[in-house]
Amino acid sequence: MRSPVLAGADAPAAAAPPQQHHAAKGAIRIENVDKLYYAREGPVQAVSNCSLDIRAGEICMIVGPSGCGKTTLLNAIAGFHDITGGAIYLDGQMLCGPDKPKAEPGPDRVVVFQNGALFPWKTNLENVAFGPVMQGKLTPRQAAEKARGMMADAGLGDVEHNYPGEVSSGMRRRVEIVRALMNDPKVLLLDEPFRALDSLTKSVMHEALLEIYYKNKVTIFFITHDLEEAIFLGHRVAIMTTRPCRPKKILNVDIPHPRNYGVLTSPRFRELMEETVSAVHEEAVKAFEAGEKEM
Amino acid sequence: MSAALASVAQPRIRPRKSIFRNPLVRAVISICTFLVLWELGSRMKLPWVGDVPAPTVVMKAWVPLLSDPGYWYSWYQSSRRVFTGFLAAMVIGIPFGLAMATSRVFRDITFPVFEILRPVPPLAWVPAAIIFWPTQELSIGFVIFLGAIFTIMLNVIGGARSIDLRFFQAARSMGSSNWDIFRRVVLPAVLPSIVVGCEVGIGITWNVVVAAEMISGGGGAIQSSAGGGLGFFIWSSYIGGSYPQIVVGMISIGIAGYISSAIIRWLGRVITPWARVR
Amino acid sequence: MANGKLGSSHGEIGAWEMFLYRFSRWLRSPTPYLMVVGFVLFFGAWYLLSEVFKVWRFASLPGPHQVLVEWFNPNPVYGMSLYTPNYYMHVWMSLRRVIYAFVISTALGVPFGLFLGWSRNFREFTFPVFETLRPIPVLAWVPLAIVMFRSDETPVIFLTTLASFYATALNTMLGVQSIDESFPRAAACLGASRWQVFRHVIIPGALPYIFTGLQISVGVAWFSLVAAEMVSGEYGLGYLINSSYVNVQYVVILIGMISVGIVGYLSSALVRIAGDYMMQWRVRELALGGGR
Repeated sequence: MRSPVLAGADAPAAAAPPQQHHAAKGAIRIENVDKLYYAREGPVQAVSNCSLDIRAGEICMIVGPSGCGKTTLLNAIAGFHDITGGAIYLDGQMLCGPDKPKAEPGPDRVVVFQNGALFPWKTNLENVAFGPVMQGKLTPRQAAEKARGMMADAGLGDVEHNYPGEVSSGMRRRVEIVRALMNDPKVLLLDEPFRALDSLTKSVMHEALLEIYYKNKVTIFFITHDLEEAIFLGHRVAIMTTRPCRPKKILNVDIPHPRNYGVLTSPRFRELMEETVSAVHEEAVKAFEAGEKEM
Repeated sequence: MSAALASVAQPRIRPRKSIFRNPLVRAVISICTFLVLWELGSRMKLPWVGDVPAPTVVMKAWVPLLSDPGYWYSWYQSSRRVFTGFLAAMVIGIPFGLAMATSRVFRDITFPVFEILRPVPPLAWVPAAIIFWPTQELSIGFVIFLGAIFTIMLNVIGGARSIDLRFFQAARSMGSSNWDIFRRVVLPAVLPSIVVGCEVGIGITWNVVVAAEMISGGGGAIQSSAGGGLGFFIWSSYIGGSYPQIVVGMISIGIAGYISSAIIRWLGRVITPWARVR
Repeated sequence: MANGKLGSSHGEIGAWEMFLYRFSRWLRSPTPYLMVVGFVLFFGAWYLLSEVFKVWRFASLPGPHQVLVEWFNPNPVYGMSLYTPNYYMHVWMSLRRVIYAFVISTALGVPFGLFLGWSRNFREFTFPVFETLRPIPVLAWVPLAIVMFRSDETPVIFLTTLASFYATALNTMLGVQSIDESFPRAAACLGASRWQVFRHVIIPGALPYIFTGLQISVGVAWFSLVAAEMVSGEYGLGYLINSSYVNVQYVVILIGMISVGIVGYLSSALVRIAGDYMMQWRVRELALGGGR
């Protein structure tokens, strides 16, 4: 069941990221990270001397032209790729660094993939229950119970026993997000998750994501090239340069949470859009001229 | 840690690679291991392997053959059969397949017949082919033709079916006629599938050639004086009791088969330079 | 499509309903009638050329009418028809060999292929030998197999197994390599160990390719079996075809060929049906026009 329209400007202003109930969890520190990899054409410096601090419990949007290296950063945090310089810390503990070039993937940093990675051969319920069962934290029955509850909360109760291939892509996305959240992650890593959706479904998904966020308060690292999405969802928007990737400008979105789609037409929103567009446009032109392919 | 200190203190992370991680080295190691195990197994008279002539024995038998014209003539005969049969299969199979792909009516009429003929293994046709065709060569050629044609046709049809609809739409919107579309959209798009079909087909063709040569050259009950070729060579080595030569023949066919596949792949790259490297 | 899924008011569409729906649509298209046209043309031509007009070499070839008459004859002229027990013996001998070979090659080939795809180390050490042996046509192994395995049955089964093994292993490996890399990554994120990823992601993910490989392997098995039986063997359909030629019982040749075709086709279809049953998720996905 979806909750009614969320309160807008009447709610108490919250310019800084909200403090959560548990101790600060999910703070990511990216320190001088380099990533050099060897493609068929030769060595490519995807990321160079990139430093970024992501605060615990905040929604940090990463924006930049296609192919600039944002996904590389996400992959490094998630543990899919190694880095060739610098270090990344999660809540003070080193994920990867000089002695350990590659982090281990784990349920504290779950990824939601661009094209969706729900296992087509398992039902939606089995997908959602997958994490805790694999880690041995819950028995299959307990996991199924919990999954049923979380799916019902998210409005997905009807599609429990369907396969992912049988439901719409918007639903698939939601199932995937619930699957990630089942594991109580510190960080949710989202790699352009709504890119393949049409803009109507997208706006519904935004509100659904915010609802989920308000309940769970995980740190969200969200890559997108949709500026409206970035400003609507994020506490902060980090605008990255073209390859090699590095934060060019970090915008503080001081529109108070909880937000709803009414925000989109507010004057503050428009101001922020203008700021962002000019910064991104410069980088986008550079990328276009360099003919960068999507990585 | 301030940013300045951090950037100085972090060393570059560079992966170390030992020589044993090189794929080529590993390939060489594995093949050598295989040869050594074979040699030992043969000498120690282990079950099964013990009856296979050791690599060293095989090489000793092979050297004199290299200067024997009869040996090379066998190569020529088998290759000729493969080549002609395969060519015939392509000449008939590709147009047929394209017709089946482009015309719904044609496909609905011919595909069912095609599908009931396909499960019959090519070699099962040998006696029928011998009855029907006047000469031995023609019957072998016919069987080879059958072996290759089904694969080629299937791949042509599959390739034509998977052409993105938008190519047709784009061509039409630019004013192409049907023939133009066929020549400039369908044909080039189907070529990669034809190449794949040929790669698979040539493997089948070698199988059929070898078997046909063995069957008609003396294996089984069908005897005949004509024959020759590498399959016949293997069979007569067996009958004559020179077992190392059997292995020589097998390796020779393997090499010949590999060369023909490589030629097809090379031709494929020439004809379809845009096809993605797998 | 309310609720984002297709279904009747009672629930999801079952496999049987899906089948009936597709079948009724097929009947309404011109396809089945054109199919009849095709068969009529083919068998008609054969019949006319070999039995009626006796054109050229077709004269020595038995026609479809002759074959059918003999095949369904309770007292066959050459002793082989649907009513004689030794016909079924030959069929069974061939079938039995194919079953053995298929079971062994699948039991060996699927795990082998899975490891080839999954572990780079394993692949780089094992694939070279596999690829070096592969160009040797399976039927070139016949004399060596006879030398190695002195009995009568084993060489035939060995050859058939070898051919199927190649097809199964290759297709399985291809299946593993075709799995989108986000699936194992997602599983790793969710806390699965390497072995769990293998069991829950790799194996189901490769299953469609594995079944394609199994269908190919059944076809290849029949191909090799018939050849091996023709060269060396007793009993079996290949042997039957061969000996009928020698004994100038041409009609039996055709009976043998047709029988091989039918049994081969049925075994392939059986594998395909088994695959569809095991991968219900894929059947539904494809039916709705989706899938990656």
